Amino acid sequence: MEKNEKDFLHGASAAMADKQLQANLGRLMMILRTMHSAGVGSAANFEDLRRCASEVKRHTLEHLDFYLETFEKKVIEKGGKVYYAETCEDLNSIVVEICRRRGARIAVKGKSMVSEETGLNRALEKAGIEVTETDMGEYIVQLAHERPSHLVGPAIHKNKEQIADLFMKHHDLGPRSLDNIPSIVAEGRKVLREKFIKADVGITGANALIAETGSVLLVTNEGNGDLCSTLPKVHIVVSGIEKVVPRLEDAGAILRVLARSITGQAMSCYTSIFTGPREGPEDAGPEEFHVVLLDNHRSEILAGEFRDILRCIRCSSCMNHCPVFGVTGGHAYGSVYVGPMGSVLTPLMEGMREAGDLPDACCGDDRCAEVCPMMIPLPDLLRRLRTRKWNMGIGSRPLKWGLSAYMKTALRPRLFHAASGAAAVLASMLQGGKKRPVSSLNRMHGIKTHLPSPQGKPFFSPLGRKRREL
Amino acid sequence: MGDMPDKKINPRVGLFVTCLVNAMRPSVGFAAVDLLERAGCKVEIPREQTCCGLPGYNAGDLRDCERIARQVISTFEPYDYVVVPSGSCAAMIAHNYHEHVFENEGVWRRRAEALGKKTFELTGFLVDVLGFTLTGIPHDMGELKATYHDSCSCLRRMKVKSQPRKLLRDFCRIEIREMKQTEECCGFGGSFSLKMPEIAARLGDEKIKRAVSTGADMLIGGDLGCLLHLESRIKAQGKSMKVMHVAEVLTGRAKVPSAEK
Repeated sequence: MEKNEKDFLHGASAAMADKQLQANLGRLMMILRTMHSAGVGSAANFEDLRRCASEVKRHTLEHLDFYLETFEKKVIEKGGKVYYAETCEDLNSIVVEICRRRGARIAVKGKSMVSEETGLNRALEKAGIEVTETDMGEYIVQLAHERPSHLVGPAIHKNKEQIADLFMKHHDLGPRSLDNIPSIVAEGRKVLREKFIKADVGITGANALIAETGSVLLVTNEGNGDLCSTLPKVHIVVSGIEKVVPRLEDAGAILRVLARSITGQAMSCYTSIFTGPREGPEDAGPEEFHVVLLDNHRSEILAGEFRDILRCIRCSSCMNHCPVFGVTGGHAYGSVYVGPMGSVLTPLMEGMREAGDLPDACCGDDRCAEVCPMMIPLPDLLRRLRTRKWNMGIGSRPLKWGLSAYMKTALRPRLFHAASGAAAVLASMLQGGKKRPVSSLNRMHGIKTHLPSPQGKPFFSPLGRKRREL
Repeated sequence: MGDMPDKKINPRVGLFVTCLVNAMRPSVGFAAVDLLERAGCKVEIPREQTCCGLPGYNAGDLRDCERIARQVISTFEPYDYVVVPSGSCAAMIAHNYHEHVFENEGVWRRRAEALGKKTFELTGFLVDVLGFTLTGIPHDMGELKATYHDSCSCLRRMKVKSQPRKLLRDFCRIEIREMKQTEECCGFGGSFSLKMPEIAARLGDEKIKRAVSTGADMLIGGDLGCLLHLESRIKAQGKSMKVMHVAEVLTGRAKVPSAEK
């Protein structure tokens, strides 16, 4: 897992200058938010559902080792195999090894953020295995050699014209017209169908791992999860260890809030449950069933003060309601997980020095905490990361020194009030007359700003309350 | 709000002026004193107060923040209520001190919680706690076309939205022209606007676009941080909308822009 842009500010700047992206983003954020409020509104008791779903995960995380072992036992009982991958590289080599053993040349893959996290596509291609994304959005970003810019709408940064251009360029289908959405979708579907039929291996993610039955639950709106798991001879599930839940009804608690939070649907179009390989030749399903579980720092997170983030069900509500994400889009984050949940998860997985800028990408409006169906205190987790960063001595030095000096002055009221008086005088001087001695102060990072001018002497100046007429 | 302390007659109120009001717009502090005294409070302004610690809290300087929080708690504990003309500073004292700053400290957490329970944002205090009403309209500004910016802290932490609108209606006959997406953040976010000024500016500009399209001449709000940020964006865009704190408007400190011509 690597972050492809070194700094968020740089990516954000580029995104904000991209007029097409801004138009696409603005429109989609609006649609997603409308769908979200419709979905949440459609349940009379959404607050109860939220509490219930969060409680399921909270309980499971408390006993994660037990439920993982139960899940593993059940998968084996049903004829499947379970692997634990400590790192991204481990997961990739396990998957490549399974493919190699079967002599697989072609793989199809659907709805898996974990495989984005580990960079599985590159590992497969390196091993000579052709891999095709089968979720329409993921397929589009794969063609564009980009990474998903959004958890559930990987290609929401593109409009239909941009997608039609991509298809024209990549599909060798002769002269045709792709000027409307149905024709674009029909072509994507046709191309993908052929891939499904040819594939030796199908790789999917998981929305929940059910310990009681050893089943894998997957939600899609396109049915590509089913095709990935049933058409090829081998089905490989890749998932984070935190996805396990005790029983099927516990997965139900999560499903009740999941689709409502994303698209406003009560349920996604397809909810598939996979349990082991086929039992006989007349049975449907794959010949082999593998589940590869990824740790990648999740155990560390589980043990520390950021455990709550492991409740995340990747619904994208937090980013859909984040003002910062709304103007920067996902690519600015330079990471697989974006928006508020990504700003928590990425530094914990990649390290504070690599991704320490992300916890700053928070304007503190608390909307994410309000909409999170798993009641994750995202603003608080981001603030805790900033505290960690402060204590590690990372980040802008001038800002840190300035703030530190301010805070230390605030501990001495007399000094503070004297300093406020002096600052007000200084600011009036800077702002006052026609001559501005420090006009460069009005340009920060290349943005024209107008420093606010103080009204006059501070409230706590010696004249104090005599100036009530102000 | 089940935790509300008992209503008192002529309560002793400690005004937390806030560092921004102190340095940038003292008139908001004087307006708050006027409003509270008019509502029958005995207002005191302890000079030991400085800042609530929010800038450091947000940026990660928890150690200094803790020391400032102790100072605030010790200073304001004796009062019946603590009133703050700002949602973000009010939320810091009312929630963050005991929920986060002292989460691992028994005694200070309890003291912080006790103080938090009697700490209110100004308009929320006047309406919810005092039930303050007036006979007659002291500052009729019925002609004014105004819109209102709710700070995220007021909206989501302090549950203040209708209170300032009610006061503006009762005191000044001002009917707010609501913005589209009115609950959207203005992009200030305290140190966020210093760390990511370009994004803060973009969010502010979008807010102003929506404010302008209401046809309002004045933008009123309850948090000076947001207001100063928005004012600077209004100037940067060469727009002429006036920006006022709700306390200034309620005490007749704001002039109707059209009346000036």
